[in-house]
Amino acid sequence: MPYNLKESLVNNVFVYCEINEEGHIAEVSLELLSKGRRLANKLNVELEALAIGYRLENIADEVFTYGVNILHLADDKRLFPYLTLPHASIVTGIFKEEQPQIALFGATSIGRDLAPRVASALRCGLTADCTSLEIGNHTELKSNKVYQNLLYQIRPAFGGNIIATIVNPDTRPQMATVRDGVMKKEPLPSPFSGKINHVEVQKYLSDVDFVVQIIDRHIEQRKVNLKGAQIIVSGGYGVGTPENFKLLYELAETIGAEVGASRAAVDAGLADHERQIGQTGVTVQPKLYIACGISGAIQHRAGMDKSAQIISINKDPNAPINQIADYTIIGDVAEIIPKFIHFYKLNSK
Amino acid sequence: MSDIMSFRIIVLAKQVPDTRNVGKDAMKADGTVNRAALPAIFNPDDLNALEMALKIKDQMVDAEVIIVTMGPSRAAEIIREALYRGADRGYLVTDRKFAGSDTLATSYTLSLAIRKLEPFHLLITGRQAIDGDTAQVGPQTAEKLGIPQITYVEELISIDLQQVVVKRRLEQGVETVKSPLPVCITVHGSAPACRPRNAKLLMKFKHARTYTELQEETRDYTQLRFEKPYLDIEELSGDALEADEEKIGLAGSPTKVKKIENVVFQHKESKILNNSDQDIEWLVRQLIQNHIIG
Repeated sequence: MPYNLKESLVNNVFVYCEINEEGHIAEVSLELLSKGRRLANKLNVELEALAIGYRLENIADEVFTYGVNILHLADDKRLFPYLTLPHASIVTGIFKEEQPQIALFGATSIGRDLAPRVASALRCGLTADCTSLEIGNHTELKSNKVYQNLLYQIRPAFGGNIIATIVNPDTRPQMATVRDGVMKKEPLPSPFSGKINHVEVQKYLSDVDFVVQIIDRHIEQRKVNLKGAQIIVSGGYGVGTPENFKLLYELAETIGAEVGASRAAVDAGLADHERQIGQTGVTVQPKLYIACGISGAIQHRAGMDKSAQIISINKDPNAPINQIADYTIIGDVAEIIPKFIHFYKLNSK
Repeated sequence: MSDIMSFRIIVLAKQVPDTRNVGKDAMKADGTVNRAALPAIFNPDDLNALEMALKIKDQMVDAEVIIVTMGPSRAAEIIREALYRGADRGYLVTDRKFAGSDTLATSYTLSLAIRKLEPFHLLITGRQAIDGDTAQVGPQTAEKLGIPQITYVEELISIDLQQVVVKRRLEQGVETVKSPLPVCITVHGSAPACRPRNAKLLMKFKHARTYTELQEETRDYTQLRFEKPYLDIEELSGDALEADEEKIGLAGSPTKVKKIENVVFQHKESKILNNSDQDIEWLVRQLIQNHIIG
């Protein structure tokens, strides 16, 4: 059932903390704790963290470094690895009792599996993959009713062609998921002396929560996914050396991109065949294509010329690819990419 | 669940604007989306979901695949697409009252339609739709129906009348999961691609129409439909579903769009920069400001 805010309760900001394979809090959750701390400060409320897993005794110190006032620990052998139903039952139960005004989840395979289930059970609004979260007022056009201090959930939609600001005026919690790397991790100089609430898990769980079973799991390298990539950093023969090609991976890692290559680069052994873009490789249409040392033969252009934005980094001012590029940087890939990474880190977030 | 009836698989699918094909021509001069230039397509992940359903149907002695979609009258197009590929029948959940539904209102509405098709064994849908990219409707529909969910599914390992085993594709690796039936499965885009249209099925179903579509036809279909009742695509309205007005459409949607900002893609000559710090920082800032990166 949905709930309305009760005057008697201080409605705090909650962050669901994901537990990674090593038993630590996932990076995305630490980033969300930092964002949650800022939101809580702005709203003059407390920040609460909810961690669900097994053998969580060591995470408290880390969590309190991010300004958490109350850490809810649901610790049980059956709660790691993550399973949808038991986690959803615990989160839903605790939210019903604690009535947060804001609840944040990572936009990961866990957060995007869990948050919708919880939002549906609580009949509250959820916005996926937010790129920015702010606090602000909202006036409803029909009724002229003013809502104070709502969470602005800002996200790209329509394949990244529009940016939408979403609000949930009437339901709580205001739920949002945020991707890894979007928010900035800001540990505090001195940790909070927060409280730990040991959750009595049995109160929330029943046998039907465990009907789905994990038979096997293993960590493996992710397959190259050029088609699904929003940003592609692609290298050609002009990249020159395997060392320089590593810079492309570094840039891709920094800005959340996939690495592609021209046929010439693949033939020269600089990149694997599965990364080849062009007529004989994969056709891509990302939001941004950064062509590094690619001259731009027609066969290559056929596989990428529908990209929304193209940047060409090339020593040759007359490279054919420059004709279809929105921006051309004349110069050496080995010199320009580190600068690009530097200025990205300086200006993002 | 009765053993007499066939193994019933419901596929949830959506017709979406093809946002992947937003090239330079799909943006107007003022930088707004030129919706007319975007074709309406079968949501890509939902095609992977349909393939998984059809593959299960191939393995079963007696199975049926029912496609359910919610949308305007035009969305019947994807039901026909599914029929051409091997689905047995389809339902179009459609009503003006559903307009403005967010994922919560959508999943409520869909869950009512699915309840009409109970008992079913499997509910399969794409992980997410390319117009919203939320990945929420699958899990929320499962919650409304009170059944478990398995998201990010890449591969079907085995299935029988009691349980299904699938492989999930996660950020860091793969997970093999077993669930009793019924269960909701959301299928990842990396799952096997959908089979093409089948020529015989295309002939069989090319006149499949909804009631609304028939009103717009000049040809008289009365005799044809009497002889071939499988050509009916049933429409389900809010009334037919006995939907709670407070839970559908805008009224049933807790999320409200406060503001929409178009991302401007300017079509212009290539801007030439050099490798100076100033130029590169300027470009990085441009890209961040325009929400291209960061």
